[in-house]
Amino acid sequence: MIVAQTLAIARNTFREAVRDKVLYNLVAFAVIMTASALLFGEISIGIQKSILINIGLSSISVFGLLIAIFLGIGLVYKEVDKRSLYALLSKPVHRWQFIVGKFLGLNLTLLVNTLFMSLGLWASMYYLTRGFQPEDIHIWTAIYFVLLELFLITAVCLFFSCFSTPILSAIFTFLIYIVGNSASDVRDFGKLTENATLEWLATLVYYLLPNFSDFSAAGLVSHGLPVPGHLVLLNTSYALCYSGILVIAAVWIFSRRDLK
Amino acid sequence: MAAIEINGLSKDYPVGFWRKRPKRVLDNLSLNVKDGEVFGFLGHNGAGKTTTLKLLTGLIFPTEGTAQIHGQPIGSPKAFQNIGYLPENPYFYDYLTADELLDYFSRFFPMTPGQRRERCKTVLEQAGLTEFRNVALRKFSKGMLQRIGIAQAVLHNPDIVLLDEPMSGLDPVGRRDVRNLILQLKSAGKTVFFSTHILSDAEALCDRVAILHRGRLVGVGQIAELLKRQSGLEVVVESCPAALLPRLQSLADAPLTVSGSHHRMEIPEENVAQLLGLCASNSIRLLSLNPLRFSLEDYFIELLRSNDQQPEPATKANAS
Repeated sequence: MIVAQTLAIARNTFREAVRDKVLYNLVAFAVIMTASALLFGEISIGIQKSILINIGLSSISVFGLLIAIFLGIGLVYKEVDKRSLYALLSKPVHRWQFIVGKFLGLNLTLLVNTLFMSLGLWASMYYLTRGFQPEDIHIWTAIYFVLLELFLITAVCLFFSCFSTPILSAIFTFLIYIVGNSASDVRDFGKLTENATLEWLATLVYYLLPNFSDFSAAGLVSHGLPVPGHLVLLNTSYALCYSGILVIAAVWIFSRRDLK
Repeated sequence: MAAIEINGLSKDYPVGFWRKRPKRVLDNLSLNVKDGEVFGFLGHNGAGKTTTLKLLTGLIFPTEGTAQIHGQPIGSPKAFQNIGYLPENPYFYDYLTADELLDYFSRFFPMTPGQRRERCKTVLEQAGLTEFRNVALRKFSKGMLQRIGIAQAVLHNPDIVLLDEPMSGLDPVGRRDVRNLILQLKSAGKTVFFSTHILSDAEALCDRVAILHRGRLVGVGQIAELLKRQSGLEVVVESCPAALLPRLQSLADAPLTVSGSHHRMEIPEENVAQLLGLCASNSIRLLSLNPLRFSLEDYFIELLRSNDQQPEPATKANAS
């Protein structure tokens, strides 16, 4: 019963996203970007496929990021603000189910969205080379990494959405995304300062904030190189643990919150 | 066992931007609602009605006190099985149709797909929305939203239905529809606990009412009993000699009003015999003797006026 209830919330979140015109616009943009990638690929002699994969994966990542942030920041806040969850929470449902259901629903949206964009990229690759090479399969690992990154961003948005306004949540998430993408640089910068306090702070930021830099495998797969198996395992565990902790924190905050 | 049992329920909210201070919005509320009664929860805006309903539905947490729904503590899954709730000014997912909304909410109760379909159909019929079942909620009027709100509240056939300002903002037709729905629930043996500041609705529907003022319970009882305390008679007499006016006045509740040779006064029922004796022995002509009709509104206003001088409720922090 608990699983069915949580899945009902997830399904409704997915349905809301599908019926949301913003999502359609972003998908349309994704189609345009993929078409552009195709065009760039054709005018770059010799490295068409590499450019196509790079632009395609970047588009999938950017559009996924926009969808995750725009929908994620309102995931809880909108329901509290519009009071649409009052009727829901007066049913025999736990607050944690609401949070987990919302998280799963947005991730399902991102999964479907990424899948459609990936199929677009795959079709573009076929159009460009009139066939597939065995190493083309590696782009699915890179797409899997993009998905893991998006799940992590969704968890960050959900966490902020439990106690902050959408604008602040968007700012916080975006900043975390930027810092998280240059996490190694932040740690290296701390070492360069030769100041113990700054180095300690930089190391703290490195470990505390999500590290997004390891989720990019476009450089490898665009050159037909495989992604090491241990990186797949490490990134999967990292994304699951980190988003798990954030979802638990979101549940903890939301369960104690008065819905005024 | 009472349907709803509230014992010393209080709620403080933090107010202020930098230095937050607690403000008591509900103070030591104790109340019992019996099975099968329609109970009106009255009070002006900000009296604490919505806070009480939110406490009962677990949307907010009490600062002090407890409450039970059929013996189950508020917030427990068993308590939720027994209640249906219509929030104030409800907003439902407007991208859903009426049918989709009810199907979604029905998934939170232990029902088979067949039972779900059947219950959705039944409550849509009860709410008079069958022909709008496939219309998106964004196209619903306020009255229709209120009716779909009641439909979702009774979807799982709960024993207790909590309605927060169900008639608020509705036109006369919408109010009549909601009143009829409440009467339907009453005839089905449900306990209905609803908050309102529309006193005529409470007077027409409720078995008992409670009146809340600045977070405190200031009156509770059957409407007939509450109004009985205020009952009396309106008397108009003619040709009363000036010397007898003080005696006439001593029988009245309020100062006499004079209009030509007529004197109008309001007297309590127990003084009627004395008045008739006075009139008979002094040839005072009794023109009319009519029972006074006190409305719930009169009672409500008088009660609030007499409680206006009370100090603000103390918060938990202030009290300790």
